[in-house]
Amino acid sequence: MLEMDYSPLLLSLKVAAISTFFVFLAGVLIAYLLAKRDFFGKSILEALFLLPLVLPPTVVGFGLLILFGKKGWIGSWLIEWFDFQIVFTWIGAVIASIVVSFPLMYQSAAAAFESLDERLSNAARTMGATEWRVFWSVVFPLAWPGLLAGLVLSFARGLGEFGATLMLAGYIPGKTDTIPMAIYFAVESGQMEKATFWVVIIITFGFSLILWVNWWSKRSIRRFTRS
Amino acid sequence: MKRFLLSVLFVMLSVLLVGCSETKENEDTDAMDQETPEADATPVEEVELLISAAASLTDALEDLKTDFEEANEGVTVTYNFGSSGKLATNIENGAPSDVFLSASSKDMNDMEEKGLIVNESREDFTTNALVLIAHNDSDSTFTSFEDIDPAVIDHFAVGEPESVPVGRYTKETFENLNLWEPLQDKLVLGSDVRQVLTHVEMGNADYGVVYSSDAFISDDVKVLAEADADWHEPIVYPGAVVAESKHQEAAQKYVDYLTSDEGKEALQKFGFK
Repeated sequence: MLEMDYSPLLLSLKVAAISTFFVFLAGVLIAYLLAKRDFFGKSILEALFLLPLVLPPTVVGFGLLILFGKKGWIGSWLIEWFDFQIVFTWIGAVIASIVVSFPLMYQSAAAAFESLDERLSNAARTMGATEWRVFWSVVFPLAWPGLLAGLVLSFARGLGEFGATLMLAGYIPGKTDTIPMAIYFAVESGQMEKATFWVVIIITFGFSLILWVNWWSKRSIRRFTRS
Repeated sequence: MKRFLLSVLFVMLSVLLVGCSETKENEDTDAMDQETPEADATPVEEVELLISAAASLTDALEDLKTDFEEANEGVTVTYNFGSSGKLATNIENGAPSDVFLSASSKDMNDMEEKGLIVNESREDFTTNALVLIAHNDSDSTFTSFEDIDPAVIDHFAVGEPESVPVGRYTKETFENLNLWEPLQDKLVLGSDVRQVLTHVEMGNADYGVVYSSDAFISDDVKVLAEADADWHEPIVYPGAVVAESKHQEAAQKYVDYLTSDEGKEALQKFGFK
């Protein structure tokens, strides 16, 4: 067996988990607020949310550097007031992950909420349920399969994020070397065994996740249609 | 009535069709007329040279491209810039390429061993130096590499030492000065020399080590010191024709051009030695 440093695995899981947590909260909240609502500029707002999905990673990374770099708009402010630096830290990797995986979460959540039958929520309302109760007892459980799909996709995307992360978090072995980064530099320096090892891990992980979500959503659809 | 309408339609369609084909014929003959004189001229073979070059050469090579193309009619040059290690891997894996211009002898030696280049065409066409840079706004007091004090540094950008030549030279230099170990937890490793430069240009890394040619083209950084050439392996840029190239002759011309007076001058304009 190869002499291996497993820190990229732990770091990748940490970064993807934390970013997915925030992405899930923000994605569900924003999608719920915007669903079934129509206002001027909604399509523009939605296009803006989905933009990171189609932009090259270097563009996202450059944008993030302009915002969060030491001399960046937000970055300089954070340093001045809190002595808190984002660039070249694992938090930078989390931010890059959040930005690239948010579109996936938003898209899934918006689709889940749009497809809900409004009459069910209204029925709960006529029985005196508060908006809070309507959300947790009716909307959320019904939308859960779609939300879960978004959650898993966001996690997988966060796990695989490379381009923007390399620019914002830099490559600092032991601190910001996520699995994709370990793969890139292993290939670059001709360490094919190391690269293969991480490639197998990340493929296995991504594949199992997608397989599980597909199986899970089919099962819940079947259960839903049966009852 | 119906039949009448149909025949009118038919006539109109035929007129349209004839009209169309007529104009088309006219165009054809026009085109023929224009082409005839050109056909008499000596045919120039169109060659598109694909040149895989180290990222540090970007601006100098872009600059000499037009001159080379003017001197060699029919040859157009297309560049693929990247880190030497990556380009070598790409060529080994069959990426099309006519000329390989590396920033390190090591990658070129590997290529030569594997028989991927035309050995006779190999030539060291230029050299470079390592410089210590900081952002223009920096109030650094370092005036030589020996002054570097890890304690006052947050982030120091260098090339990744295993895969990026500038990183390997930097590592050698710092090992010579006993700075490599003390700097370990300050280092941010760039995926190529331009990324190292960007880290410093954007003010995210306090210092960086790049080639003098990279510092030369940047308006946002200042050179604090130049490394002693004895501290690291000589930074030579070997170029060679790729063995698989289908345009050996034109590729050789390009390599020769780099060592010609015009080529040298162009390279020196961008901080190469």
